[in-house]
Amino acid sequence: MAQVDLDYLKRAKKRRDVSGKAIAIVLGIFGLISLLPLIYCFSTAFKPLDELFLYPPRFFAMKPTLKNFSDLMAVTANTTVPFSRYLFNTVIITVGYLFAMILVSTMACYPLSKHNFPGKNIMFKTITTAMMFVAAATAVPSYLIINALHLPNTYFVYIIPGLANTTGVFLLKQFLDQVPNEIFEAGKIDGATEWQLYTKIAIPLMRNAQATIIILSFGGIWGESGTAATYIYDEQLRTLGWFMGTIGGGLARAGASAAASLIMILPTIIMFVVQQSKVMDTMAHSGIK
Amino acid sequence: MAKENTELKSQKPAAPKKRFFNVEKKFGYTMHEIWRNKMSYGLVAPFFIAFIIFSLIPLVASTALSFFYYNILQDPKWVGFDNYQYLFVDDALFLKAFSNTLYYAVIVGPTSYLMQYFFAWFINQTPKKLKPLYVLCFYAPALAGGVMLSVVWLVIFANDSQGYLNSILLNMGLISEPVQWLITVDYIMPIIIIVSLWSSLGTGFLSFVAGFSGVDTELYDAAAVDGVTSRFQKLIYVDIPQTMPQMLFAAILQITGAFSVGGICSAIAGHPSPEDAALTIMLHLGDYSGQRFEVGYASAIAVVLTVMILGCGRLAFKAFGDKG
Repeated sequence: MAQVDLDYLKRAKKRRDVSGKAIAIVLGIFGLISLLPLIYCFSTAFKPLDELFLYPPRFFAMKPTLKNFSDLMAVTANTTVPFSRYLFNTVIITVGYLFAMILVSTMACYPLSKHNFPGKNIMFKTITTAMMFVAAATAVPSYLIINALHLPNTYFVYIIPGLANTTGVFLLKQFLDQVPNEIFEAGKIDGATEWQLYTKIAIPLMRNAQATIIILSFGGIWGESGTAATYIYDEQLRTLGWFMGTIGGGLARAGASAAASLIMILPTIIMFVVQQSKVMDTMAHSGIK
Repeated sequence: MAKENTELKSQKPAAPKKRFFNVEKKFGYTMHEIWRNKMSYGLVAPFFIAFIIFSLIPLVASTALSFFYYNILQDPKWVGFDNYQYLFVDDALFLKAFSNTLYYAVIVGPTSYLMQYFFAWFINQTPKKLKPLYVLCFYAPALAGGVMLSVVWLVIFANDSQGYLNSILLNMGLISEPVQWLITVDYIMPIIIIVSLWSSLGTGFLSFVAGFSGVDTELYDAAAVDGVTSRFQKLIYVDIPQTMPQMLFAAILQITGAFSVGGICSAIAGHPSPEDAALTIMLHLGDYSGQRFEVGYASAIAVVLTVMILGCGRLAFKAFGDKG
């Protein structure tokens, strides 16, 4: 009896391994296909001029060069605003926005998840509905409001209108919902004030979820160009994303354009890799259910 | 709250606590409740102030403006339902944009949704060490997204023989002269759809991956006791019920993204595109608000779009069994 069971288990395990391996291989192939355009972009950024217009086109750079990047810098040589200024603006805006948005979202999600107060349900329902709002559809009233608040032509115009990140608050709230209330009740019994419950228990527990929100928002703010084009009249305050957009694309400027694309996407991807390992790791060990 | 109520009543005859507000009057009671929850309201206040100013008021203003003729320079003029009537009856371009958007949404919406779900599920079946790598492979296109369009996709689908696709097909002898991919009406939408699908494993996908890895392994053991052995059965009896919250979340993002498509279309096919083959509701809206300054009419388009998205969202809420 026991013998049979063992045999069955062994066979079952072997079978599982085979299908598991098949899944891993097929996924690997699909993953590679999905990455191909990115790899192509990466290799194009390092191609010299003659290889860019090679016929038939080659996938990999034969003689990699950094000339495309120096060309990119050279574009700003004749303008009043240097490349470094755009980079500086983008860094300031990205850090400022992510910090302010995470702060506001973390504040909002705690009472929505752990407090009981009149209007809470309607607030949360509004947030879930608002995830379906398309900001671009109401651009004109937004434009009038932002102008009325004298935000244009300041760094604040990049930061303040996007502060209400409904998806972010939603995710944080859902995350906090999974944290058992007993932890907070235990804190209360130990004499913690509401403020201490929030800063000493809730915020440290939300680190993973905050990292996730940063991942989701980073690309959008790092590549920001629409606000720069609409609300900024002073070129000194415009962003890297806006500048990259002015370089132009297509076959003619493939080299500089690929170098620019690489600069735009590389920080986003690095950011994701760094935060993802943290999120995956902590999620596996946190064990909060 | 109800508990608090009875507490107040039972306290009354004894020694009423001194309170700033007269809790026996309705207004006073409300104010007292607000004061009692001051921390809750204080914490949500910054978010909701920003939300009301930059999301809610623009939406309400758009809805109101859709009943006016308004060009920013002159005062709005009341026109009733004229904007809507023109939209659905006289504006042939809107109907074109509407059908293009619907075509895109019906194909990309469900396809991308299933791709997100099953790629995430497959990734969850692989060894723990490989997972982050796979997630990166599939999520990276969504991160790169629009930036890659001009460098990669426009080169692949370029109309001359320099284009990758044309050059491959020419070499294989399948075509004798380059295909005009990006200006042939029949090819434009399919190309947009392919490129969209490529970069569509975004937030919903991450949510699924997190959802699957969060499924309690004890549930699989429990299911195994009940005779669930194959991966497929596990998917049906454990994974799908356990990831319902993520399914709803991803569905909402998917619906919103699919109906508000626009940027990718103009980037690939140009705007205006050949025979308006890539004209979508968002692009049509942008024409009226950004180019012609017919804000009233643009607002009517925005209202129609929002109603479409909220309507489909409502269905998603029903389908995935949320109480809301």
